[in-house]
Amino acid sequence: MKKTAFLGALTVSGLVAGAAAAATLEDVQERGNLNCGVSTGLPGFSAPNSAGEWEGFDVAVCRAVAAAVLGDPTAVEFVPTTGQTRFTALASGEIDMLSRNTTWTFSRDNDLKFEFVGVNYYDGQGFLVPKALGVTSAKDLDGATVCIQTGTTTELNLADFFRTNNMDYEPVPIETNAEAQQQYLAGACDVYTTDASGLAATRATFETPSDHVILPEIISKEPLGPLVRHGDNEWGDIARWTLNALIAAEEYGITSANIDELAEGTNNPEINRILGTEGNLGEMIGLDSDWAVRAIKAGGNYGELFERHIGESTPIGLARGLNAQWTEGGLLYSPPFR
Amino acid sequence: MSDTHAQTVRFVRESMLPEQEPPLAESGVLKWVRENLFSGWLNILLTVLSLAFIWFVLSHLLPWFLNSVWSAGSLSECREIRDEVFGPDASSACFAVITDRWHQLVFGFYPPEFYWRPIVALLLFLAAMAPVLFAGIPRKALWFSAAAPFLIYFVLWGGTIWGPLAVALGFVVGYATFVGLSRFNALLATLGAIVVPILYWLFVAGPLAGALASVLPIGLTFVPSDDFGGFQLSFIIGMAGILLSLPLGILLALGRQSNLFIINKTSVAFIEIIRGVPLIVWLFTASLLLNYFLPPGTNFDLMLRVIIMVTLFASAYIAEVVRGGLAALPKGQYEAADALGLDYWRSMRLIILPQALKISIPGIVNTFIGLFKDTTLVVFIGLLDPIGLSNAIRASTEWNGIYWELFVFIGLMFFICCFSMSRYSIYLENKLQREHR
Repeated sequence: MKKTAFLGALTVSGLVAGAAAAATLEDVQERGNLNCGVSTGLPGFSAPNSAGEWEGFDVAVCRAVAAAVLGDPTAVEFVPTTGQTRFTALASGEIDMLSRNTTWTFSRDNDLKFEFVGVNYYDGQGFLVPKALGVTSAKDLDGATVCIQTGTTTELNLADFFRTNNMDYEPVPIETNAEAQQQYLAGACDVYTTDASGLAATRATFETPSDHVILPEIISKEPLGPLVRHGDNEWGDIARWTLNALIAAEEYGITSANIDELAEGTNNPEINRILGTEGNLGEMIGLDSDWAVRAIKAGGNYGELFERHIGESTPIGLARGLNAQWTEGGLLYSPPFR
Repeated sequence: MSDTHAQTVRFVRESMLPEQEPPLAESGVLKWVRENLFSGWLNILLTVLSLAFIWFVLSHLLPWFLNSVWSAGSLSECREIRDEVFGPDASSACFAVITDRWHQLVFGFYPPEFYWRPIVALLLFLAAMAPVLFAGIPRKALWFSAAAPFLIYFVLWGGTIWGPLAVALGFVVGYATFVGLSRFNALLATLGAIVVPILYWLFVAGPLAGALASVLPIGLTFVPSDDFGGFQLSFIIGMAGILLSLPLGILLALGRQSNLFIINKTSVAFIEIIRGVPLIVWLFTASLLLNYFLPPGTNFDLMLRVIIMVTLFASAYIAEVVRGGLAALPKGQYEAADALGLDYWRSMRLIILPQALKISIPGIVNTFIGLFKDTTLVVFIGLLDPIGLSNAIRASTEWNGIYWELFVFIGLMFFICCFSMSRYSIYLENKLQREHR
């Protein structure tokens, strides 16, 4: 039957090829689920639990969009993608959006023809060293052996950092984070470098985390965010404003606990506009007025998601840092809902 | 004792001496050890070194295995239990991850309430393979083997039963066309047997299944390919590749030997191109490149794409192995088959292939084992086979940091399968042994 479907699809493909490019929203609503690309496994961001349900900070963005569009945060088909397959999967239409700790860069945005809809986590590359090494700054790492994942931007950032500081290093190429942990613990390298969130997650798994320190220097900017294809701005707007709604909800104190109460109407017009009791914002992006209520209810506002999946109460234990609201000295800043 | 001897011989022992124990150093374990392990200074040295090496390995591995923790909710819990029971510095395996996640490593994301379906499919598969593998089972059971692929597809993926039935009917249609047309012309019959079923599958099978399903909705809950994972995925890809690549490989080998120009050159080109490019490249072609060729919105099942690529890859290798078997046959066999007046297919079927395949068994099984293990390469295109799932399991906050335990379990599963294949190949070789060596 699969073969029949495929060959049949080939024959009529010429007819539908033009129509399929736009109107992702209709496709998703017709299909009844959202195809969301996630990582094959990154602690805190996306991983299946023992019941086979995907969980994590990136996964939560997919669920919020599904809740806004379809009214059901579980109506998501998660497509695990690797670093190599993620962009093709999005470009070819296999997935509707990609939420896979992907760094927003110029060439990805323009050359690869994608649209980053925002930033859900501001990351940066850092260094993890054993305390016994006695190093307190990345500037002291001259001559160190460094475990580094091949084929990523971290490799290039590392080369840049050591060149600008006139230092030498010896790279130990590794493939996965799990392999890096083994190599680092076995002493095959003095330093492990990757995104600071990854370092924190890795350090948390060690038997004695306090024997290892993450150096204060962050040597690159890694704004991670969800992205969609070029060519369907309406769909991009839905993803962007769903993310903004989560961020704004935290700013205005809308939580999954009090949202039902607030949705009955408040005397703050901004909250009312987000929650659809005033104005017609939902209509403007092709959804109903409750879209943001459902998105926030899916897992809570940005702060709640952060605390549940990667925050200080979890084993990963990341501090808010750059990812605090702008009112708290961070970079999260949602444009007004008006 | 007879009397005659009593006169001539002064002393004859009348009863046997009881058997004596051989000297201690010339019997039993001691003798074996002395002869095999300590027979000269070089052997003594090697024995001592080997013993030291074995002790070194075991002294590290055994405590790790023996101190293993089997029930805990996370790696840190594992460590707490170890600290309590064995002391803080003891080396200890945390097999609790297997207890917690074995169902994922085996079944992937297949819905737990339907776990019986892959198990039934496995039993069907074994039952279908039995008549093929063992000659002792009645030949009529082969009909079941022919029907099994459709049945197994239905059990695993579910959906309406009419889909697989409608596809199976295509083969009946093809056979009927062949029989019907062969009265007129053999070539026409062959062409008809290929073209008519394809037309049937393209235009009739789908609507027919749909119509039947709406009249008589019999079926199981549909499980999409995305839910397949773990060892189940490896097994399905591996076994589908193995079963499909053998006939294709034999045809390619015959094609390469053929005198017909186009068939010969096509087979050579196919084999050389497929074999000259690494499997991982073909997998990337299946997952990435095809997406660009196919129109947007076409969702051609990734698992099916991978099975096709793996089959093509293995068939090129099988073709070369079988060609080795064909080349090993003396020319006299071919000439004898011709002299008997057999046509090409009969001479191949009755004379040449049985001998050539027998020679090729070790090579074929070797290729199959290699193929089965190569299925783990699908991890690079984002399919969650056991290796891919081990990464996903490590990404959960409970099990982040666990490493060898997962590999030990995955290795064990693959070993069981590959070792049984290898044993079967030895059994088959012995059974088919006709030479008097």
